[in-house]
Amino acid sequence: MTTTSPSREAQEPTSVGNGAGALTGLRVFTARSLKHSFRDAESLLMAILLPVMLMLIFVLIFGESIAAGQGGDRSDYLAYVLPAVALTAAGFGASYTAVVVSNDMTTGFMNRLRTMPFPAVTVLLGHTAASMVRNLLATGVVLAVAFALGFRTDAGVAEFAGAVGLIALWILVITVVFAVLGMTAGSAEAASSYGFVLLFLPYVSSGFAPVETMPGWLQGFAGHQPMTPIIDASRALLEGATPGDAWWVGLLWCGGFIAVAVWLAAVLFPRKVAR
Amino acid sequence: MAYTDSPLLALDGLSKSYGRQRVLTDLNLTLPPGIHALLGPNGAGKTTLVNVLSTLVPYDAGRVRVLGLDPRRERKRLQGLVSLTGQYAAVDDKLSGAENMLMMGRLFGLSRRDAQRRADDLLERFALTAAAGKRVATYSGGMRRKLDIAAGLIGRPRLIFLDEPTTGLDTRSRQALWDEIRTLADSGASVFLTTQYLEEADALADRIVVLHGGRIAADGTAAQLKSRVGGSTIQLHDDAGHILEEIPTRGSALDVARHLDAVAAARPDVDVTVRRPTLDEVFLELTGRQARERTQEEVPA
Repeated sequence: MTTTSPSREAQEPTSVGNGAGALTGLRVFTARSLKHSFRDAESLLMAILLPVMLMLIFVLIFGESIAAGQGGDRSDYLAYVLPAVALTAAGFGASYTAVVVSNDMTTGFMNRLRTMPFPAVTVLLGHTAASMVRNLLATGVVLAVAFALGFRTDAGVAEFAGAVGLIALWILVITVVFAVLGMTAGSAEAASSYGFVLLFLPYVSSGFAPVETMPGWLQGFAGHQPMTPIIDASRALLEGATPGDAWWVGLLWCGGFIAVAVWLAAVLFPRKVAR
Repeated sequence: MAYTDSPLLALDGLSKSYGRQRVLTDLNLTLPPGIHALLGPNGAGKTTLVNVLSTLVPYDAGRVRVLGLDPRRERKRLQGLVSLTGQYAAVDDKLSGAENMLMMGRLFGLSRRDAQRRADDLLERFALTAAAGKRVATYSGGMRRKLDIAAGLIGRPRLIFLDEPTTGLDTRSRQALWDEIRTLADSGASVFLTTQYLEEADALADRIVVLHGGRIAADGTAAQLKSRVGGSTIQLHDDAGHILEEIPTRGSALDVARHLDAVAAARPDVDVTVRRPTLDEVFLELTGRQARERTQEEVPA
């Protein structure tokens, strides 16, 4: 940079002005979001405690009586409910994304980033990456609790990876959905309350009880909503069985949600400039 | 490079609307490098103008050059040369001061080492070294402001936009920040700040641009603006200093002498001072006059 003013600032060698690339942005913001996650002791505690509690409640309290209706016992229900608990916990974990995105959008932070020479949208990618890390950690906790409670499986590495991969994909789906909610909501409080509905989605699926045991009018929704094939496929894989069509249907749902959410984010992000 | 020989700002017919709401109307302005203040009441369009000039929002019409660059078409190049410190702090509460600075440095494309060095320098300059390791959530309002401005300097901007930098600060912090802003200008950078405080514009700015209702009501040095309103005031005091009477005058020797002849005849012992208008009076006069003119324009002849 050359300048006519003979100042100290100008004489120092400098490489400023080009700005960071998308990769540096992504790295910087992922690190930032992870720091947020791990410094917020209460949220972190919730992220670990919630899956443990859900697992214990469903297996130890409801497990025996739900399983009895299906001619099984508590350990059968443990294997049955495992993917649903993992996804429910991930839903709560991902809802944090709406709050942090909304915070960034409604304070001066995003405005400054938008006047800097690098792609500001990497902030959202950083929040998404951190949410994946947080929620996969929670999934790990769910699996650990399941094994501690006596879950045993014949699933090989491939099946296990398939199940965890599908769960991870759904975590990505709800994270980007919550990120878009956080972007459109006027405040962090509004963002988290919009997301409330999403958190009940797993209960109206094949996750906690068989769809056939629900009232007829509910079966249509429960049987065809996106979480049902994802849960069915994950459950089959975790038990070492073949997931069948549920695998493809689940993948298609995830791909569709991500495509729509990314498109919405691309349209909305440049317009949502705080005045 | 283009920006070294160009005026700091060159606006020619700049207009901006949000939907149907017209926020800025036909702004024409050329400013040289230096410290300049954009002065106006709430809702005058100050923030919108700063947002347009700092590439945050696109303008609708007119020709706009900042450091010789078009904020719409040469956005990225301009972004490497300017920085915006808005009304709402752009610092991350959950990170420490040093982490905030380092993050901004990395985003500006500095290597980790350069970003670290630059962050240390700026933290020291703004007397934040002791608090550098603490989370920003624990900072006072004045410290946050300083960190916010310091973070804006990490990319060595040629032009720094400060949107109401001292709003909400106590008198001491305000004075300290004024000193910092002067130091910035001494180091070769230009500053374009918005303010509601005439005192602030008077104390800092080479040129003052008065914005009112989205239009430029006046622009010039503080002295020019004061003389534009023209009238000085002859004040008559009693012994206790109470003002007995104020006589408006054009300020010329002849006019003052004519008034004083009359005063001397009636009250030979009275204390007399001649007072130049304050910027407050200028401001009220300018914004009031413009409002009146616009009302007249709208009345069909």
